[in-house]
Amino acid sequence: MPRFVLLWTDAAMWLMALAMAVYVLLVLRRPGLRANWKRVFADAPALASAVVLALCLGITLLDSLHYRPLLPPAAGSEGSAPAYDTRTRSVLDALLSRLVDSREATYSRPLSYVGFTKESVEVDGEVQRVAPRLKFGGAHLQDPATQWVGDLAWRSAVGLLLGGILAAVLSAALLALVAWRGKRPWREGVAAAWRGEDAIPWRVACLTLGAIGLFVGPVALLAGHYHVFGTDVTGNDVLYQTLKSIRTAFVIGTLATVATLPLAVGLGILAGYLRGWVDEVIQYLYTVLSSVPNVLLIAACVLMVQVFIDQNPEAFETGAERADVKLFLLCAVLGLTGWAGLCRLLRAETLKLRELEYVQAAQAFGVPGARIMRRHIFPNVAHLMLIVTVLDFSSLILYEAVLSYVGVGVDPSMNSFGGMINLARSEMSRDPVVWWSFAAAFGFMVTLVLAANLFADGVRDAFDPRARVFRPRPGLKKAAS
Amino acid sequence: MGGYIVRRIAYGALVLLGVNLATFFLFFTVNTPDDMARLNIGGKRVNQEVIDKWKAERGYDKPLYFNDAEQGTHKITDTIFWERSVSLFALDFGRSDAESAGDIGHEVATRMWVSLQLALPLFVLQLIASTAFALLLALFRHTRLDFWGVVACVLMLSISSLFYIIVGQYFFSRVLKLAPISGYVSGWDVIKFLVLPIGLSLVARLGGEARLYRAMFLEELGKDYVRTARAKGLSEIVVLYRHVLRNAMIPIITSAGSYLPYVFLGSLVFESFFGLPGLGAYVIEAITKQDFAVVRTMVFLGSLLYIVSYILIDVAYTWVDPRVRLA
Repeated sequence: MPRFVLLWTDAAMWLMALAMAVYVLLVLRRPGLRANWKRVFADAPALASAVVLALCLGITLLDSLHYRPLLPPAAGSEGSAPAYDTRTRSVLDALLSRLVDSREATYSRPLSYVGFTKESVEVDGEVQRVAPRLKFGGAHLQDPATQWVGDLAWRSAVGLLLGGILAAVLSAALLALVAWRGKRPWREGVAAAWRGEDAIPWRVACLTLGAIGLFVGPVALLAGHYHVFGTDVTGNDVLYQTLKSIRTAFVIGTLATVATLPLAVGLGILAGYLRGWVDEVIQYLYTVLSSVPNVLLIAACVLMVQVFIDQNPEAFETGAERADVKLFLLCAVLGLTGWAGLCRLLRAETLKLRELEYVQAAQAFGVPGARIMRRHIFPNVAHLMLIVTVLDFSSLILYEAVLSYVGVGVDPSMNSFGGMINLARSEMSRDPVVWWSFAAAFGFMVTLVLAANLFADGVRDAFDPRARVFRPRPGLKKAAS
Repeated sequence: MGGYIVRRIAYGALVLLGVNLATFFLFFTVNTPDDMARLNIGGKRVNQEVIDKWKAERGYDKPLYFNDAEQGTHKITDTIFWERSVSLFALDFGRSDAESAGDIGHEVATRMWVSLQLALPLFVLQLIASTAFALLLALFRHTRLDFWGVVACVLMLSISSLFYIIVGQYFFSRVLKLAPISGYVSGWDVIKFLVLPIGLSLVARLGGEARLYRAMFLEELGKDYVRTARAKGLSEIVVLYRHVLRNAMIPIITSAGSYLPYVFLGSLVFESFFGLPGLGAYVIEAITKQDFAVVRTMVFLGSLLYIVSYILIDVAYTWVDPRVRLA
């Protein structure tokens, strides 16, 4: 049995997943919330983004189950305590074990079968500069010069086919589920869902699934024998690094926003409801906080965390644990320094709400203040909480890259988009250019952030009753005039 | 208005004191002056004598908040907090923690101008470019141009500024050789070093700002005075430029004003990527060297600028909108 390791961020991510499941149940039971979420998903870009984000969430959760494999007992030590690997692995690592193990010597181009840097090799008694064959990439080819193109084409075609079939099966299952929930006859229901007769454009979800399938299929098939996005300076597979970076981005995006909530919500509502000196103190606190330039404040806090970690090296058993605690504390720092904006918003909203009739009625009935805040004010500002949380998610992912560059981001041993970009800086100034690491980080990060942004726009438009929707709609002007 | 500004300044001073106290307290709860000395001296030569010398040189050999050994006001003034943190109010920044680096005040005074050279043109151009693009989209609202313009904005704001810098440096400096990759000279020649960072920074922030401003313009366009103006027979251009633009200036000033502190502090990332010896690069150096004296100074300067900018924004309101009275 391997020994399971519960890292801090793992626990937080699973708690978050649990909270999300509870929230989904809540949404299903509350008609008002359900209508709002229906409006979110009725927005085609938001729905497509939700599919992408769900996939990333899946990867994150798989990467949040850590364990240390059991080492085979050393000779002559039977019966003693079992020894565990010092490296902590996740379930995702186990699934991608081929990528982890197929480490090359150094850089190699995407899908290449030879190394990037030439080496002096003795051929027939003469020293020649040739690019050496890779240890793993394309190692199955006997005569790469002739077989390589054919092999790539064959694998991509099969991959496309398999990916397409998988996406089609998933889409069919989704449509069938929709038809079943709509209590309609099978064929009619599926056809209606596909044509978009529902409020929710299911076809968009199916097309997104299709696009993902057509991307994942060939990549998965090629990754078995090639480095699809090449390898980095130490020969590690870039595809693996990008997949691992998704977790880091997700952890920062979710944990750091959630970490702002207790302070922002608690203090915001208290200030708005109690007013007087409490309000003054809280306003002073958030003015102090927001007057410090954000990067500097975070840098100062992270330096302190770093000092703490350096002074207590014995508290962490493995490098992964130390890196993880650092990530967790980074999220905590981002949370503790980032609550001012939401707090200000909630205070203003509470100031308005407390003058409304239903709050005054509750006061007249002698309901204690704490209960009014919890039962009457909080549910009515919860939508602001949701909107700000979702909006912050994407900006935090972008922020991580900047923080890593400044040197106060995640641990260098942990894969992250920021770390990849940082390395890419020197790689892009090499000659010839090493572009693939940068391109892979770019592609994945833009996809993730774009999806988060589009989803956030959908949530904001659906949940904020006062937000005027300024979506550009070509043809509206024509129809109006 | 005078009274209002005096009150704002007094409150600002209180906030600054809070900022100082908070950073100071946070730092010295996890760190003692001895730890700092060990970290900065480094290497093998660490013994108590060297540490004491380092502390005495930088004034870290006193109690943190209260000095019981002294009399009267010296109980408070003869402490690290007073000498290294409250002294910032007199713009006396003291000596940096790092062994080799010198007086912080001198560094700030020289580097400030570099940051200003980068950030001031950037601030003005940014305002013009974002407003112009947003106005264009608002003029062609609900057409294809508007639609694709907003799509471009969303795409652009989803791309990390680091990507713009790396791709821009690669493309313009290495492939096209239009501008030097990085560096700095004094005098007018500096322009060729500034073109690329300013241009890339403009592009990096255009998406987010133009989209925000466009929403502000459309919000204004839905108001009654716009209908009145159109009913008077004014052309769409005149409505947009003379009526909507002026009214949308208030939210735009608030949003642009939040960048004012960075006009002096400089952009952390851009300065360090392009090798400009400004305040932003200074901060990054200090962070990597864990030089807390510099970080503390910059935190103080940053908050000072933030408070000053917000007072300036309030004053700007009265200038843009005569209806606003500060009392």
